[in-house]
Amino acid sequence: MARSVSTSRRITFTVVAWVIALILFFPILWTIITSFKSEGDAIAFPPVFLNFHWTLDSYREVQERSDYLLHVWNSAAVSFGSTLIALLISIPAAWAMAFNPGKRTKDILMWMLSTKMMPAVAVLVPFYLAFKNLGLLDTKLGLIIILTMMNLPIIVWMLYSYFKEIPGEILEAARMDGATLGKEIVYVLAPMAVPGIASTVLLNIILSWNEAFWTLNLSASQAAPLSTFIASYSSPEGLFWAKLSAASTLAIAPILVMGWFSQKQLVRGLTFGAVK
Amino acid sequence: MGSIRLNKVSKIFGELKVIPSIDLEIENGEFVVFVGPSGCGKSTLLRLIAGLEDTSGGTIEIDGRNVTSEAPAKRGLAMVFQSYALYPHMTVRKNIAFPLKMAGEEQAVIDRKVAEAAKVLNLTDYLERKPGQLSGGQRQRVAIGRAIVRQPTAFLFDEPLSNLDAALRVTMRLEISELHQQLGTTMIYVTHDQVEAMTMADKIVVLNRGNIEQVGSPLELYSRPRNLFVAGFIGSPRMNLIEGAEAAKHGARTIGIRPEHMTVSTTDGAWKGTVGVAEHLGSDTFCHVHTESAGTLTLRTAGDAMLKHGDTIYLTPDERRIHKFNNEGLAV
Repeated sequence: MARSVSTSRRITFTVVAWVIALILFFPILWTIITSFKSEGDAIAFPPVFLNFHWTLDSYREVQERSDYLLHVWNSAAVSFGSTLIALLISIPAAWAMAFNPGKRTKDILMWMLSTKMMPAVAVLVPFYLAFKNLGLLDTKLGLIIILTMMNLPIIVWMLYSYFKEIPGEILEAARMDGATLGKEIVYVLAPMAVPGIASTVLLNIILSWNEAFWTLNLSASQAAPLSTFIASYSSPEGLFWAKLSAASTLAIAPILVMGWFSQKQLVRGLTFGAVK
Repeated sequence: MGSIRLNKVSKIFGELKVIPSIDLEIENGEFVVFVGPSGCGKSTLLRLIAGLEDTSGGTIEIDGRNVTSEAPAKRGLAMVFQSYALYPHMTVRKNIAFPLKMAGEEQAVIDRKVAEAAKVLNLTDYLERKPGQLSGGQRQRVAIGRAIVRQPTAFLFDEPLSNLDAALRVTMRLEISELHQQLGTTMIYVTHDQVEAMTMADKIVVLNRGNIEQVGSPLELYSRPRNLFVAGFIGSPRMNLIEGAEAAKHGARTIGIRPEHMTVSTTDGAWKGTVGVAEHLGSDTFCHVHTESAGTLTLRTAGDAMLKHGDTIYLTPDERRIHKFNNEGLAV
């Protein structure tokens, strides 16, 4: 009997899990379906699910109206660039906090995290003015700087928790073996932390890729990444659902593919330290 | 060369005085063991010598050179850690080669020295493996290999055998002793295991609460312990310590007699008692004897002694081997 109970429970859990997954996935699915509709079908009521005239018109128009590849390049440059710079800053920072903690290390970490709790809009005006005066508005460099700043606390936190898992004796052994601080990090710490660094990098690229608030406010056309590209199809009249969906599908496609291939790494990264 | 001199070395963590003040001289080529109970400061002392911790006071000299504020790598010492501390992402070859690479040696020199070390330590067949694919003993040998390729002025061992099983520990103990004889380099070895200390050391430093209780050769510590702490710590099974009337007869506050320095008789002797537990090891028999006048004593006697629980026996100490201690716990 026990066996049949557990089987029925398993089926229930499976069904519930699938339902939850489908609910979560539905908006994305709907966006993708809508992108293949004509503008008329897109706003039809009751909504049509699959039995409509499938067309690539929206994609064609989107490509004609704006240079998709330019925005992809901007998104890639901004997310990879900010990730690289953030990594160069945060590896030494996390190293110091994990292996040479001071009295205030925990406080500093909490303070860094607390900056993420402030609404970004609160500092928009000063940042906007600063960017304007420095000529950084609508430049990739400007976006890289702002995204680096926004994601740095999370990267430092993630790397800190990975580094905490590495036994200090191994770094001491490297020191005894004559490694300087730089060599200790390059030859010993970094290779051992590769899985952790990889998932940090992945998460940061995704966060930067999807970031909309700062990119929308600080870029217009030249440096506009995909988030700005999508937003340009959202007009107050709201008549371009199909084109908006096509733009969104194009924008999320690269990161979706990347996320798909790296999901194992990502899940490990996000649960690291929580369960040992 | 590898003589080390500690001059009033102290270490304070916050409010805690781990090492109040230590003076110690280690001669070139000596095998010195720091032994003591957990938390006695022996590992801290080793880390101070290594340079992994900064001293709070005093100076450390290696071959007459003051190295107190020098970086670990500049001191010319090599260390073997309790956890082996191998680099898990590197092969055995790269692990052993690492210190040479850091020193900027030429590749040909590195290859030759790694091959030599591997041969000495029987690691030649494992050079391309990663540490994760090795047994505990092999990992320990890699850690030693990494230490010897640098030809350091002294080796520091921090409880290197405590992660190994009993049989392997004995084998590795011999290997390290042999290595010391081959190389003739100064070795400082930290352990809480007094058997390791007794079997390996030229000189034992007994530490307790950050202070040196006694320094001497294993036999000196065994036969002439300076105080109660050393008397109780060195020797296995522990020395029997007796207070009260029996001690007063010898004009001391406490007397000590080792389990192997008593004779046993079934008819007469100094202390009458009954056998509590008898442990038959084959080579020896350890008996816990409840005596009327001297409390519970441990006796070490021949392996074929037919003693069992409940037997009434008489113990007589060898008068020449009785240790006497005064009110301060010092030997008199």
